[in-house]
Amino acid sequence: MDFLLTEDQLALRTGFQALLEGRFGRDRLRAAVEGPPLDRGLWRELGEAGFFALRLAEADGGVGLGLQEAVLLFEVAGGALLPGPLVATHLAVTYGAVPGADGALEGGSAEAPPMGPVVTALEPSGLIEHLESADAVLVGSEGGAPVAAVRPAELPSAPLRSVDPLTPLCRLRSGAEGREAPGLPQGPVRREAALLTAALQLGSAARTVSTAVRYAREREQFGRPIGAFQAIKHLCARMLVRAELARAAVYAAAVTEAPHDIAGAKLLADEAAVNNARDCLQVHGGMGFTWEADVHLHLKRAWVRKEQWQSAHEAEDLLADGLIDELSP
Amino acid sequence: MDLAYSEAEEAFRHELRAWLAEALPKLPAKPDPRDWPARRTHDLAWQRALHDAGYAGLHWPEDAGGRGATPTQHLIFLEETERAGAPYVGANFVGLLHAGPTIAAEGTNEQRRRWLPPILRGEQVWCQGFSEPDAGSDLAALRTRAVRDGDSYVVSGSKIWTSHAEVADWCELLVRTDPAAPKHRGITWLALPMDTDGVTVRPLRTLAGSEEFAEVFLDEVRVPVANRVGEENDGWRVTMVTLSFERGTAFVGEVVACRRVLGELARTARADGRWDDPALRRRLGRLAAEFAALWRLTQWNVSEAERSLRGGGSGVPGAGGSVFKLRYSHARQELYEAAAEVLGAGSLDADHEWVADRLSSLSYTIAAGTSEIQRNIVAERILGLPKGR
Ligand SMILES: Cc1cc2nc3c(=O)[nH]c(=O)nc-3n(C[C@H](O)[C@H](O)[C@H](O)COP(=O)(O)OP(=O)(O)OC[C@H]3O[C@@H](n4cnc5c(N)ncnc54)[C@H](O)[C@@H]3O)c2cc1C
Repeated sequence: MDFLLTEDQLALRTGFQALLEGRFGRDRLRAAVEGPPLDRGLWRELGEAGFFALRLAEADGGVGLGLQEAVLLFEVAGGALLPGPLVATHLAVTYGAVPGADGALEGGSAEAPPMGPVVTALEPSGLIEHLESADAVLVGSEGGAPVAAVRPAELPSAPLRSVDPLTPLCRLRSGAEGREAPGLPQGPVRREAALLTAALQLGSAARTVSTAVRYAREREQFGRPIGAFQAIKHLCARMLVRAELARAAVYAAAVTEAPHDIAGAKLLADEAAVNNARDCLQVHGGMGFTWEADVHLHLKRAWVRKEQWQSAHEAEDLLADGLIDELSP
Repeated sequence: MDLAYSEAEEAFRHELRAWLAEALPKLPAKPDPRDWPARRTHDLAWQRALHDAGYAGLHWPEDAGGRGATPTQHLIFLEETERAGAPYVGANFVGLLHAGPTIAAEGTNEQRRRWLPPILRGEQVWCQGFSEPDAGSDLAALRTRAVRDGDSYVVSGSKIWTSHAEVADWCELLVRTDPAAPKHRGITWLALPMDTDGVTVRPLRTLAGSEEFAEVFLDEVRVPVANRVGEENDGWRVTMVTLSFERGTAFVGEVVACRRVLGELARTARADGRWDDPALRRRLGRLAAEFAALWRLTQWNVSEAERSLRGGGSGVPGAGGSVFKLRYSHARQELYEAAAEVLGAGSLDADHEWVADRLSSLSYTIAAGTSEIQRNIVAERILGLPKGR
């Protein structure tokens, strides 16, 4: 047993961190907040860097890596607040449900670049993120496949004013025009979506710890850094504990891929991301309440992701049933 | 990221399971938890059985009489013995987890030969005399004085919260040898035979009604200089070695036990019809996630220790142990609050096992460094926040 990251995994993570720092620094983040959140150019670069085709075999034009590596990249993306339907596009490529591939969606939209389709998904909450920018939407499949893709126009939907400036949201309008609402992605797709969302949350939770700690070292009041005050120290310590527990759960779920492990990972990562952003805000004082500081972006995105793919109640119910079945560790 | 155990590790698990299946039925019944002499006999007999089967001091270095097992093998040992319902270290806690490892790391060869084998063979019980009435979280403020007189130290003062002091043969004692030096620099580590003249033990009752710990009064107690481990005035450093051991592996078996209790809670709730209450179900579901993650965090910490050893490091758990202890002590208290909800009015029956455990769980955020102190450690040593009062 060696639960720690391998050298290759560490290198992969560092490499992707460097790529994002170069291509999606603070200026780009703030531009995305004020402008269109999704940048097709960056999306294509992510595709070229193998973010979406990470788990496809090399023979199929992929990178040939696994779910563990995907989790590490999503953790980095979550820390950087990278916008876009990352999870759905990654899964669409992994399961061959992209425009043009497998005939799932004949042709796709004219502008869809081969390396960078934008694919979103119909989520269990009934919400769909980034629908206006999407080339396709993942839904449940009528056949045996876990997932299928449809054109955005085929889904009756209504936009809502999203709480998160980086995540435009639409709500599915069920039963419109006498048509039956499409089903949800199922099985492994849904579980992996929950796990990758948990990885995004983990990245955010860890990032808000370092942001809070940096601010606590710099900001001075009463003639010393606020980080010297125990109330602030203890907030930061609690944040680290949450993030590290979530990390252990998310990484383990990436290894076992077991439904209960994924449910626990999502639950703890949601809790860590939301509460850490909340505490990070508190450490920042009045600055934390501004539009200008990035803290609210972490908090709002954490709220969005918390509702995605697996809600706390669903996870808790699944885990509770597992107790009756006497799960072993 | 690999959670699979190697063939050798699985073989070790197998061999251990087989032995446990054979050894445990021969063990006498669990003694009354209020009867310390009986507990001592029971715990020592178990240690003796472990010793005879070659499992004593598994994680101790071979030159200290241990088996030099890897951290992963030690993890497997703690997991399997708990699963099988074997006794925990009990009265051997200090010997196996604090005093022993300290002597192994810092003692002379002569001292190792003298003290370690009786711990491993289950012949002698140690207790820990660190805390004092005026030195708890601020342990380095301790005042028990030791004055050199020929080849002895003459020790006067008092210790408090000394667990199972009444049945201990030895006490790992921290004393002040230089009152003029800065507080961390004037402390010395001594091994005190508990039957020395001038040692008085007065048991203290815990809120659970039992006598788990005691006050120890020391009135001009003579301790040979040969019983000093490490240099005079270097006791603080010597002690820190012990404390990190305590936070590292002390709770592994308990996490396994908590997960078992959680399953029992769920099944009890279902039998009682309480399972229809979604709030209760979800509370237990959340705890399942929590304990599963604590188990993974343990595996993570063990993997770190293993890599540290392979890289020539000490393998001693660092501040990461504080992260684990903080969350675990909280989760354990939550578990027994949930148990009280499942029991309802039954939670008022002090003879119920879960009620006793609910009471004892209250000490988890205090003993071995309070949660506040652990958060200070995490903030200052891991996060690098400035020290400050
Ligand atoms: C069941 C049990 C068994 C024990 N066994 C032993 C044993 O065998 N041997 C032994 O030597 N000791 C033992 N102890 C003692 C234990 O280590 C101390 O109780 C513990 O270190 C706290 O010290 P204290 O009780 O003096 O509390 P105090 O230090 O007085 O703390 C009181 C409160 O103040 C807080 N506080 C103190 N300092 C700070 C600070 N700097 N910042 C923020 N908050 C602070 C604490 O967190 C706590 O909430 C045991 C304790 C228990 C409960």
